[in-house]
Parts: sequence; structure tokens; C-alpha cells
Amino acid sequence: MADTTKIFVPSDTTARSLGADAVAAAVAAEAKKRGANVEIIRNGSRGLYWLEPLVEVQVAGVRHAYGPVTVGDVTSLFDASFLSAGKHALALGPTEDIEYLKKQTRLTFAHVGVIDPLSLEDYRVHGGYRGLSNALGLTGEQIIATVTDSGLRGRGGAAFPTGIKWTTVLGAQADKKYVVCNADEGDSGTFADRMILESDPFVLIEGMTIAAIAVGATKGFVYVRAEYPQAIKTLRAAIELAKGAGLLGDNVQGSGKAFHLEVREAAGAYICGEETSLLESLEGKRGMVRYRPPLPAIKGLFGKPTIINNVLSLSTVPVILDKGAEFYKNFGVGRSRGTITIQLAGNIKRGGLIELAFGVPLSEILHGFGGGTATARPIRAVQAGGPLGAYIHPKHFATPFDYEQFAAVGAMVGHGGLVVFDDTVDMGEQARFAMEFCAIESCGKCTPCRIGSVRGVEVIDKIRGGENQAANTALLRDLCDTMVTGSLCALGGMAPFPVLSVLNHFPEALQARAGKPEAA
Amino acid sequence: MGAPESPHDAEIRRLAEARAAEPGALLPILHAIQDRLAHVPDSAVPIVAEVLNLSRAEVHGVVTFYHFFRTTPPGKRTLYVCRAEACQAMGSRALETYARKKLGVDFHETTGDGRLSLEPVYCLGNCACSPAVMVDETVYGRVTPQRLDEILA
Repeated sequence: MADTTKIFVPSDTTARSLGADAVAAAVAAEAKKRGANVEIIRNGSRGLYWLEPLVEVQVAGVRHAYGPVTVGDVTSLFDASFLSAGKHALALGPTEDIEYLKKQTRLTFAHVGVIDPLSLEDYRVHGGYRGLSNALGLTGEQIIATVTDSGLRGRGGAAFPTGIKWTTVLGAQADKKYVVCNADEGDSGTFADRMILESDPFVLIEGMTIAAIAVGATKGFVYVRAEYPQAIKTLRAAIELAKGAGLLGDNVQGSGKAFHLEVREAAGAYICGEETSLLESLEGKRGMVRYRPPLPAIKGLFGKPTIINNVLSLSTVPVILDKGAEFYKNFGVGRSRGTITIQLAGNIKRGGLIELAFGVPLSEILHGFGGGTATARPIRAVQAGGPLGAYIHPKHFATPFDYEQFAAVGAMVGHGGLVVFDDTVDMGEQARFAMEFCAIESCGKCTPCRIGSVRGVEVIDKIRGGENQAANTALLRDLCDTMVTGSLCALGGMAPFPVLSVLNHFPEALQARAGKPEAA
Repeated sequence: MGAPESPHDAEIRRLAEARAAEPGALLPILHAIQDRLAHVPDSAVPIVAEVLNLSRAEVHGVVTFYHFFRTTPPGKRTLYVCRAEACQAMGSRALETYARKKLGVDFHETTGDGRLSLEPVYCLGNCACSPAVMVDETVYGRVTPQRLDEILA
């Protein structure tokens, strides 16, 4: 009897949104019909989303890719003997040789799309839990020194050095400490957190466990958005498996140290991605932003010292503890060390997840990787870093991916999301949406955000309607200034950035619509 | 004074009591109620408040703060249309208009026959294959008006 052939069909949300479940079923049915001995593994996605559903067949230890596969292609794939990597119109060759993937440096995403997300064995075979094993041989100070030396900065958007945050928590005296993971990935154009949760949940669990051991925390929460039902299910299942294997619980890997981890489901409030608001929500309250100080590292969840980090920051910790600070630090440029996971989205030909060392120019991402717009029209603007990020004008596309260099052109790297727009976009409408979104999602605690965003929509409507354009434009700038300087948190404080970027770099967008002459 | 009694009251109390001892139990309890009843009825507010020793105002405040919790029963299915930027870049504004017109309802409303509720959503994390919609818990990518017809058929 022939050996079992391994076939990989992604179970990731995006792959499923394009029919991966039906493809998996069709492959299974066709194999049965032909008496072929196959094992279908539902891996995560490689993040080459324009090729999803991307089906892989393992032949002599090498995975060969076919995509995008529809149910209608399955019969012809078998006819072309794809079980032995046969030629087919959808054949892409060995997966690892696909340019889009080959050019990447996958550290945080090393196992994403490679392994079965819920196989601990798979995770270990690919290097999982080596970081934790190393950490268990170190003191808390040594673990944190490694993270600090690696140069890792918060990947959620604020880019604050992770090791410094942890040092504060380590130094705080308390009977209980917490580790909280912010998985409330609400920014449009971002999906890296979701991919980790769905495709490699153990890397997050391992990262959080290392964080807990480092600072002496015994309880952790992952706050996941309700819009990600599959991510929640996968992560919960992974936590149960880790508990069963003694990797979570009262005695983590026989170390005598306890760490308990729990998933908490968010409830559709964008503001809860802001860390203090997230903590309020975890405490069972309205997600209202807290005043700072005190910092969450000193007085966080339930008033106790708390590490709160994004999914990507925590998921990068295992590779740093496995391979060392030097290894990680050697990637990147300037003060942006290591890799950035870029999420290429919106109107783009080849959208997906691109992990690279910092320093690659934006244009290389948009054209080299992305291949321009899906509509084959010129790119008009790119919004970087979510709904609070500036719209970047093509004149700045040479800017390298680096926190400081993005900031120098008034943009931000944020969580690494890029949303591409072609030249049919109405930039005035995009500016309006920034204020509209802020008005919908404001927690209401501070006036500049709560009232300012509503007034912002009104003023933009007046400008777009041709009413006192010059005076209203001055008023809009004034309002933006008030929001930026007077808001309590980043929502009101940064919602004006996309608006200002339109005013500064696409000025015609807020003038051209004027049908009526300016009032005297 | 208070909300009228509902046939679900005993169930709501049971769900609340089951998790009352957890720290920060209010959101998990509200999720449990909505998972069971598809909404959080007004009658749940005083029950949950009593079980958690909170004021009704506090519980009401939390229920109304979060977009995800609804106080009225939804239709048999719920269609979430993404309104965020990546989907905007791929024509979600037109899709949104089409969905409203096709269903004859606005956001946060349910069709007259009770079959479908329409809700906005700000990002489903499917941004590389926009525009996206979700029906109950199933996400669809690259949705054209025609594809939406098929999805809802």
C-alpha cells in the first residue's frame, strides 16, 4: 500500500472566506473516490492571501503549492496527479520558493501556515517551547535583559520598548501580578494578530508564559475581539491542550511556577484596544479610558501590576529567548530592531502578510510584493497604521519601514497595516470617515474626542458643500489641534491625523467639490 | 418598578450565578446570556445586578456601551457588513447601499419577516480580500452584490 500523502488546506478565516472548507471536503471526497491514501491537515494560512485557498501537497518532504483552488479545480488536480506534485495551471512549485514568501524573514511568523495550529507536537518539532525552556533556566532579570537587549518595541502601535515595561512590573511589589494580551485588533487593514491566534496559538501562549515567569505573574488574560469567533475557538482549544501537557497550570513545565491563562471575549468596542480601556473592560466595566499615571505596569488590572502587550510583541518573545537578543537585534535599522509584520490590504493585487526586517521602503511593499492595485489603476494613497493613521501620498513612498522615518513624514507604522486606495478614491470622504469613526467609537470620557469628532464631521461636510471653505478649513485645523493636544488617549488624539494628512497632501480633495462660490 | 418578568429569568439567573465568582464577571455573563438568548433582554439587568451586587445603572451602562450586545432579539440570521477602510477601498460603500436596498432595512434593523438583521462592523480582519461580510459567524471575502445575493439565497 502506498504511503499516506499529506495535503494541507488552510483553516484560516480568510482562506475559509474564499471557500477553503468546501475545497477540503472536495479533496477528501475525490481522494476517497480514487482510493488515494491521503491525510488532510488544516494548517493555518501562509498569508499569501491572493493565492487562497492555497492547497499544499507534501512530496518527499517538500511542500508543493497549488492556488487559488476552487472546488471546480479539484478533479483536474487529481487528474494532473498533484499528489506527486504534477504539473497543473494552478501549480506554484515548492511553497518555500514562491518569491513573495522566499523574500520574507519570518521570525514571529515562523510556524504560521506551516504547522497544524492545534498540534503541540508540530509546534515543538518546529522549535516551539525552546524559548520557555531557556527562560526557565534564567532569573526574571535575565529574561527581561534579553528582551530589552533585543530592541523589541511594542508591535501594537505605540512602539514602547517591551523590556522597559516588563522591568517596571518586575520591580513593583504586589501579592498578585497579571499578564494581559491585547488581541482587540480593531484597526482596518490589520490581521496579523488574528493569524497568530488562528494559525499558531501556542507561540502566543509560550510568549505570555515567558512574560509571566519573568515578572512573577500567575494569571493571564487574552482579550480577543468578538468579531474573531474562529480565533477565540482556536485559542481556547490551544489553552486546553497546553494545560493538559503541563505547559500551563500550577506547575509550568515542572518548574514549580504557576501560570493560568484565560480568554476573554471583547464586545465590539474599538476603544478597548486602548490598554487602559481594555483593563476596565476586563474588570467588567464600560471601556472608559483611565487617566495615567498610574501606569498599568504599576496599577493595572484589578489595581495590580500588569504587563499588557499586543499579540505580536508577546509572540515574538519565544524566538528572542530561543535564539538570543543578538540574533533578533541584528535585523532592522536605526532604533527599529528585528522584524515588522506588514499587512498589505485594501485595493492591492497581491495582498497578504509580509514579515521583513525593518528598513524596506514602502514602495517595495506596494509594488514589489503587492504588484500595484487590484484594479490596475495608479495608487492614490496608502493609509498606514489603521484608522488613526495618516494617508501617505505617493511622494513619500520611498520612506523605509522604520518607526522614526515614518514619523518624519507624518505617518506611523502602528500595527503594520497598509490599506491601499486607487485614484478613484474621494479623499475628502476618507477624511470625513476618520471623524465619523471617532464619533462612533469614542468612549465619551473627554470632550475633545467626544464632541470634537462630531463637530469634525460637520465642518468637513460644510467644506465639502462649499460653505465658507477658507474659514471652515481654518476651523477644521483648529479643531484637529484641540483634539490632538487635548484628548485623553490616542483615539481622539490621533483621529485628526488622517484628516490633517488629507489637508496637507491632498488639499484639492477638500476644495474641488465646491459647487458653489465661496461666501464673501 | 422594573423590567417585566420574562420566561427567561430563571435561565438568566442561572447563567449569572454560574460565573459570578470570577473576577470581572460582567462581560462573560452578558456573553453567556446573549449566546443563549441571542440578545440581552431588559429583564436581565436587575437580575445580573443583584447577582453581582452592582447597581442596575452599572449593568445597564455596560450593556449599552458595547456595540456587540443587543437588547432586542435579532432576526434568524445576522448580516454584518464591514464599513472599515480596507473594504471601502474595494467598494464596500456600494455594497452597503446595495444590502440596505435589497433588504429594505437600515443598519441595526431587522427585515419585516424576521429573517435577517443588518449590522455594521468595523473590520473582520479579512482586509486582504475585501470587501468582507459575515453571516452569523461565517466570513465571506471579495463580496460583490451578486455574491451577496448568493450568500443570502
